[in-house]
Amino acid sequence: MKSSEYVVSDGCVFGFSRPPPAPVPLPVKESAAPRLRVRSLTKLFYGVEVLKNLSFEAHAGRILGIVGENGSGKSTAMNVLTGVLAKDGGSIELDGSPFGPTSRRASDAAGIAFIQQELNVFPNLSVAENLFLLHAPRSIDALPFMSRRKRRARAKALLERLELPVSPDAPAGLLSVGERQLLEIGRGLAREARVFILDEPTTSLTEHETTRLFEILRSLRKNGVAILYISHNLDHVLDLSDDLLVLRDGRVTLASPRAQLTAQDLIVAMVGRPIETLFPARSCAGGTEVRLEAAGLSSPGRFRGVSLSVHAGEIVGLAGLMGSGRTELARCLFGLDPYSEGCIRVAGERLTPQNVKASIEAGCAFLTEDRRHEGLMLEASVFDNLALAALPLYAPHLGGRILKQKLARTLRELTSRLHLKSGAVESTPVRTLSGGNQQKVVLGRWLLRQPKVLILDEPTRGVDIAAKEEIYRLLAELANAGMAIFLISSELEELTGLSDRILVMHAGALVARFTRREFDRETILRAAFGHAPTA
Amino acid sequence: MKAVPQAAIARILQRGLPFVLVLGLIVIFASASPRFLAVENLTAIVVQSSWLIVVALGVQCTLLVSGIDLSVGSMMFLSAVILGLGLRSEPPWVGLLAALGVGAVWGAINGLLIARLRVPAFIATLAMLFVGRGLGLLLSSTQVVYANAAVADFGRGGFLSVPLPLATAGITLAVVWIVLRRTPFGPYVRSIGADAESARKVGVPTVAVTFGVYVLCGALAGLGGFISFSQTASASPAFGQNAEFLAIAAAVLGGTSLSGGRGELWAPIVGALLIMTIQNGLVMVNANPYAYPVITGAVIFFAALLDSVRSRFQGRTALRGDRPDRVSASLAQTP
Repeated sequence: MKSSEYVVSDGCVFGFSRPPPAPVPLPVKESAAPRLRVRSLTKLFYGVEVLKNLSFEAHAGRILGIVGENGSGKSTAMNVLTGVLAKDGGSIELDGSPFGPTSRRASDAAGIAFIQQELNVFPNLSVAENLFLLHAPRSIDALPFMSRRKRRARAKALLERLELPVSPDAPAGLLSVGERQLLEIGRGLAREARVFILDEPTTSLTEHETTRLFEILRSLRKNGVAILYISHNLDHVLDLSDDLLVLRDGRVTLASPRAQLTAQDLIVAMVGRPIETLFPARSCAGGTEVRLEAAGLSSPGRFRGVSLSVHAGEIVGLAGLMGSGRTELARCLFGLDPYSEGCIRVAGERLTPQNVKASIEAGCAFLTEDRRHEGLMLEASVFDNLALAALPLYAPHLGGRILKQKLARTLRELTSRLHLKSGAVESTPVRTLSGGNQQKVVLGRWLLRQPKVLILDEPTRGVDIAAKEEIYRLLAELANAGMAIFLISSELEELTGLSDRILVMHAGALVARFTRREFDRETILRAAFGHAPTA
Repeated sequence: MKAVPQAAIARILQRGLPFVLVLGLIVIFASASPRFLAVENLTAIVVQSSWLIVVALGVQCTLLVSGIDLSVGSMMFLSAVILGLGLRSEPPWVGLLAALGVGAVWGAINGLLIARLRVPAFIATLAMLFVGRGLGLLLSSTQVVYANAAVADFGRGGFLSVPLPLATAGITLAVVWIVLRRTPFGPYVRSIGADAESARKVGVPTVAVTFGVYVLCGALAGLGGFISFSQTASASPAFGQNAEFLAIAAAVLGGTSLSGGRGELWAPIVGALLIMTIQNGLVMVNANPYAYPVITGAVIFFAALLDSVRSRFQGRTALRGDRPDRVSASLAQTP
């Protein structure tokens, strides 16, 4: 059995080409009561109020976009709505009747589908088993025996509705992240859920998959489902929502129809002040010393003929669509993957191909796009995480005495420079930090080695706006101090705001280069889509 | 398309290898001893495997929820001691039900410790291994316990010329098959094995299901004790010793993953037959009795090695499911 056998329609994994399916209307109760009404909800953690009189409404057939920084209470509110946490005060009504779920099972039975950032799809179960895990169709209703035939047929119908061209019998482990997400939506559809809650659904989706997800959410809306859509991506939220809700410190700071709202309005409501200068001023445009250089780098099937250079004190941005080969290029530059032609030099020294240790010794650092696999010890403190990386520098040899005081001093300097917002760096487990602060810890670990070249792949994915601003400032500081920075990002704003130069990659080749004066969103985007300027 | 060979290797390791091993062993033993291939001997191997099949089916369920049960050998001993001392001349089905009942209670204690009190399964059942052996020795005053005539008849008897121990194993298999394949319990079990936290978030009643799995495993261990007791008609203080390792090895040799969630129902059967073939073959070729533990140990080691190789391949194929080769896809598209 090859994996491709599970693909039903002509070998194409994502069946995007067909028109959206005709909406199957769900029973919509015609009543004036909103689908979900939350009134003065309060929640305390150890006596600290994390939700303070939170009130909002979500209506059937509308998408409610929810934004807020990490720690603003979004997740807590959703956990209360779905029965994971118990509320300490206030009331919730579902279609006009009081609602107080005590477990996920209860909220699921009430028709609330909760699709979390970390997907709950089981790779060892088949697609159909995943869809009907909780409510498997029975052969006879009174008996506990499942009907696999019915389950298969219903799963097939659902998959068609989601335009997911996979067989119901395929192991879910063969699906991509985007397809797994659709599977979770399918689980909600199977339950005929009245409310869909999505938490940061697009962070690991390709652009294609994101578009597909939005199509499906819009068709759900047409069918009279209420959707709560949580995201840090303001463009997505503005694009999709009918109503908007902004939370700050457990309070609602903005609740209104989408209408005339702009991203700036949302930021003001989220942060409490306008962040006009999200990007720090860049003082110099880079020195003359070439720190990172690639000449004629090729890797079959990934990219070809890539030549680039990054100077000391310079930030060079790399733009490109997902799958253009940017991540693969970064991995090669850092020595993680092999290449067939060309060479890489760091500070003039030629690097041995595919040798991470040599790259690190030559002064390279690499922040990958996948923070969860960066090897942070989640249960250990910030201090211990940083200390582990620094140990080789503060213990002369294996079995040697650790220079504790020197180490502690260095780490204190570092944490204050990183603006780490965590209770006590010595005792707070990294697990409890927000995404932005975790990213800073990862960055800090690399900085301890005082790298000459810093390569970053999507450093601000899933990070809230205030933490973003701090990471930007830190990067600018590092560049001003002479570090060479190679920045890969999907966010054009980020690239144009920070970079001195921008390179654009399309289908495995560098197709355009821009200097700061030439930055223009549209031109860069066109180049990324393969329409490079002729000049 | 490097994907296909690796996935194929994983599947061969998962499904095909146990059969190849059984066949290979049969060829080796048959060439070493002419008596090995005699119908009576092959039948004996299958009938002697009955208790191990039953016990390994239960242990497999605990492996499927990413747990383990090390106490099954002690449970077998305890069940045999209680039956030997408690039964007078009752019909054998009373003994069978009593064994199931005692085992279920035993399993409920395991389940309580693991599912409710969240003691790691390895530690909880290791403790119960000692408790069970000790209780059995206390009850029997370390004397050999004998089965009554009815129980011993069960071990020798047959129904329509099918030996009763084997028939019992067959019925057990059918029941476990229905529970795992035809009721929602099966997907629940495997979802917990894959990721218990995710399963809880989705709404799977994880505590109840985990508890149920240990009750099932305990009951089957009690039943396995009854079958073995009826066949040997006596239980020495070493009765059922190390049976937990044979049962785990049987499940894993057949393709059940030690890291949870993966394993076919026939795995313990093939594994049990494999282990019993080896033991029988060693007798047939007149191997030194002191070599038996060495060979059994090697089998267990081999099972564990097989599992680690298998999960490495599975890990790779699962990873590919996570991130399909986006680059080559986009390179194929022409703008």
